[in-house]
Amino acid sequence: MEASGALGLVLGVDPALLSIVRLSLVVSASATLLAALLGFPLGALVALSRFPGRSLVIVVLNGLMGLPPVLAGLAIYMLLSRSGPLGSLGILFTPRAMVVAQALLVLPIIAALARQVVEDLWSEYRDELTALEAGPLLRMTTLLWDARFSLLTMLLAGFGRAAAEVGAVMMVGGNIDGFTRVMTTSIALETSKGNLELAIGLGIVLLAVIVLVNALAWSIGRWAGQHAG
Amino acid sequence: MLDRARDVRTGDSAAGAAAPGAERLLWLRDVRVERGGTRLLDGVSLEIGPGRPTVVVGPNGAGKTTLLKLGMGLLQPSAGQFVRTPGMRASYVFQKPVMLRRSAAANVAFARNAAGLGAGPDAIERLLALVGLAHLGARPARRLSGGEQQRLAIARALAREPALLFLDEPTASLDPAATKMIEDIVASIALRGVKVVMATHDLGQARRLAGDVILLAGGRVAEHAGGESFFAAPASEAARAFLRGDLVL
Repeated sequence: MEASGALGLVLGVDPALLSIVRLSLVVSASATLLAALLGFPLGALVALSRFPGRSLVIVVLNGLMGLPPVLAGLAIYMLLSRSGPLGSLGILFTPRAMVVAQALLVLPIIAALARQVVEDLWSEYRDELTALEAGPLLRMTTLLWDARFSLLTMLLAGFGRAAAEVGAVMMVGGNIDGFTRVMTTSIALETSKGNLELAIGLGIVLLAVIVLVNALAWSIGRWAGQHAG
Repeated sequence: MLDRARDVRTGDSAAGAAAPGAERLLWLRDVRVERGGTRLLDGVSLEIGPGRPTVVVGPNGAGKTTLLKLGMGLLQPSAGQFVRTPGMRASYVFQKPVMLRRSAAANVAFARNAAGLGAGPDAIERLLALVGLAHLGARPARRLSGGEQQRLAIARALAREPALLFLDEPTASLDPAATKMIEDIVASIALRGVKVVMATHDLGQARRLAGDVILLAGGRVAEHAGGESFFAAPASEAARAFLRGDLVL
């Protein structure tokens, strides 16, 4: 009964469901983009530079890949709460805060993986780029560009992580109906209320999004393997 | 000429004591290169001037690649003096060139940009045509065959408009047809006034291309002579043994 009702919601394009899905995608995509903007250069920088404490930075970055979403939520909550250092921005319990929290979650994944990929590529390119007298900035952009397919896959992995988490957005978004309610928080809420129809409907969409993203990642990897070498 | 010769790196205090003359592009004196406790080059004194290609021969581990990398500035001497005529741009083609993950044309354009030269389509087209790859400019570089990649590596090196070109065994893994193409390209580059310094295992190739030959053995110069006299009347026992095909270690 619930399942057919859920399917009806999905196929009938229920407007409430649609706005939840749209917000989920916008928040997670923005968070991933923000994380990539910071994470790719950060990863490349760590990969290409030698400084005291570098190993520690790498260990911490790798460790933060498994950062529990609730801790990311807690950190951003404290940062953005009225008495926090960035409280004056007044963005707690808005989609912006959700973007920041998810970006914090995705940043270590993107930075740590980019560091590894860029470092591997650097060991392959070092002699050539040195002989071609490429400066530090050109080296970095070249390595990032030539790792583009791997980085794109990371981007999708980061998006998957962001879209699937519930703890961080719940804490800093507040799960406000029609404003900060996304797929994962809705599923949690509707399930607890016993409204399984909507929960299952959203579950179907969420699953479809994640499968789609993974299929895209796989296709890109395959295409790159065949065409870009 | 003393003031024009830049002391690239010196391993002792005699820096600039005896600078090379105008006709010397590379000048080494008692150069030693050590890596991890191994002497790759030991007491090498050499002068390399302009003109036809200088071909470096010798067994594996003799120091050919080390000598080329030193000339390019990719390695520094542990001791001794090494001077390259200043203001002279050099390029290097590695034995196994690494192609950037982009098109053949973009690889050439990258080299020009990195060297601060214009990368207009005409310049790229001309460089690709020079190595017979004009029709493959849009192809991803890593999809090219071994011989094509080697030629592209030469085009990329030439894109920097070097006065000096180092080639490390450019035909090591190529068949005779691909080898012939590379040799023709090298000969035409040399005619354009680019000084080629090339390592090879192929004695026939050395005979065909060399203006002068450097025989390295065990990190030392066993003989350095004009191409014709090296093959016709080798002065050292090592060179005679090498030319006979004996194992020179």
